[in-house]
Amino acid sequence: MPPALLALRSRFPNWQPQPAAELVSTGIAQLDALTGGLPRGSIAEICGPPSSGRTSLALAIAAAATGRREICAWVDTSDTFDPATAAAAGVELDQLLWIRCGGRPPAALAAADQVLHAGGFGLTVLDLGDLAPRLVRRIPLTSWFRFHRAVERTPAVLVVLAPEPCAGSCSSLSLDLKKPRAIWTGGPGPGRLLRGLVVEAHPRKPARGESARFEARAAG
Amino acid sequence: MFACLHLHDLADIHQARLLDLAGVFSPRVEAAAPDAVVLDLEGLERLWGSPGELAEAIERRARDSGFPVRVAVAGNPEAAVSAARGFPGVTVIPEGEEAARLAVLPIGILSPPPELAETLARWGIRSFGELAALPEAGLSERLGPEGVVLRKRARGAGDRLLAPAAAAPVFRERLDLEHPVALLESFSFLLARLLGDVCASLESRGLAAVELRLGLELEDRSQQERSLRLPFPMRSPPALLKLLQLDLETHPPGGAVTAVTLSAEPAAPRLLQQELFVPPAPAPEKLEWTLARLARLAGEGQVGAAEVLDTHRPGAFRMKRLESIDAARRGSLPKPDGPQRLALRVFRPPLEAKVEASVGRPSRILARGLGGEVTASAGPWRSSGEWWTADPWTRDEWDVALGDGALYRIWRDRRKGGWFVEGRYD
Repeated sequence: MPPALLALRSRFPNWQPQPAAELVSTGIAQLDALTGGLPRGSIAEICGPPSSGRTSLALAIAAAATGRREICAWVDTSDTFDPATAAAAGVELDQLLWIRCGGRPPAALAAADQVLHAGGFGLTVLDLGDLAPRLVRRIPLTSWFRFHRAVERTPAVLVVLAPEPCAGSCSSLSLDLKKPRAIWTGGPGPGRLLRGLVVEAHPRKPARGESARFEARAAG
Repeated sequence: MFACLHLHDLADIHQARLLDLAGVFSPRVEAAAPDAVVLDLEGLERLWGSPGELAEAIERRARDSGFPVRVAVAGNPEAAVSAARGFPGVTVIPEGEEAARLAVLPIGILSPPPELAETLARWGIRSFGELAALPEAGLSERLGPEGVVLRKRARGAGDRLLAPAAAAPVFRERLDLEHPVALLESFSFLLARLLGDVCASLESRGLAAVELRLGLELEDRSQQERSLRLPFPMRSPPALLKLLQLDLETHPPGGAVTAVTLSAEPAAPRLLQQELFVPPAPAPEKLEWTLARLARLAGEGQVGAAEVLDTHRPGAFRMKRLESIDAARRGSLPKPDGPQRLALRVFRPPLEAKVEASVGRPSRILARGLGGEVTASAGPWRSSGEWWTADPWTRDEWDVALGDGALYRIWRDRRKGGWFVEGRYD
């Protein structure tokens, strides 16, 4: 240990290092193996272009959280949440508070703030996925600091779906989802079926050299 | 001493009127039977005179009110009821003479159970006096405890306590204001005072409120009423005040308020024991405030839990209240592992689109905010339903990939024509 740090430690004998955050499963084994899971008391970002699998990943996280009997909230900025898909993904809808903000980002930010400060929600998803990147960039950093203060030292996780990273230093985990690759059954013509998407998640923060890949299957 | 008022012609309204009439003379009144009420005369002498005078006064008052009653006074409630049922007019039985006076009454007045009545009839027992003369031990041996109780009543004996009828408590407070109040902030202080009184009253009876009704009288003499149904019984004034404030902010009064009435619907309070192994959930009161605030932010009906409807119509769901978190969590179990599902982000309402087709398949799409060449597609998947209703649906669905890699679900309305983009896979 450096001498300066030793001197500091001697000045504060009661100081204890902050315990490592508890990690909870994302519901995707490949992603858990790569990142260890979602750290509680923190903000996690899932970023990527449209159809990159952001919502499928968020639903997997919500299904895992409701499976742990936690109460979750989905702040739906653009009113695009589909209950049928969520139920098929294993989300317990009775344990999910859905807040439809009708395409108003300020209302969504205020709603997320209310939910985080209410306490007791194991997972809050702030869905900014359909906003234009320029609108996401306009969200003041103070909002993210406020969210960070609300979740830190609590068992809550705030997951942000966005087209690009926006929470800056406030997020503890940032996943970058690559351009999608669709899987079709059969050749072009009648009877062809969309089987699903190959989702590739690359951890931007904490940085990892590799990425996790999983398949999100279409219903039916 | 006790007095009994007995009504021959029985009807619900009459029993209520009997209780009202008895309440004029004594504060301790028992609804002994549908046709009889019993009054405790203890301590009423100085007010109404002797028991006989009181009985006369009751009978006179009832006659004036249009429903003549029989009145009997005796040393215990049971004897008074028997005498009132058996003797017309006013009967006063001095204490200790109950057995002798009641002896002539027929046994049917005691309303014995049919089997017991049949047995007594076979024995030739027809009056109170004949039943009272039977030995208690033998009666107990042959008829059981019911026979002993019947004999006791036939002898005019009794030592039971009166169970006075208590009026249902009303949790209602009213405040008439000297000056009209227009500002919600000032109004909150008044609400806090009323809520404090109502909650204290509820607490004193071990109850809580399951519904609050707020009546406002406005300056223009109009009246406004708000009803706040609570998801579970509460009696915490700060929590209820916040909920009322949020409700009033969403539905403000139409003018300055001149009088306020606050009433609560009582219910048994919720008893809750926290489980050790269940993750913490939002505190119920705090969750209510949060839901109310969120409803104000997002709009009525925009906040809650989704319920997928049992129909094949695509996208059918309804919003419901996030009811009881505890009940919801008790029912859930961890899900078995399975493949991750592909999510659909739904456009509400569906986007109208222009679709160019080539050899029967979509080749180009143009809609608000999206468009381009179709690089891959699957379909058509035909579905229809509810043809028996006024709003049937029938459509051809396609899954399409555009040049930027985004995947969409589009559909063609086969009834009205036209293409729509339902949502984006993500």
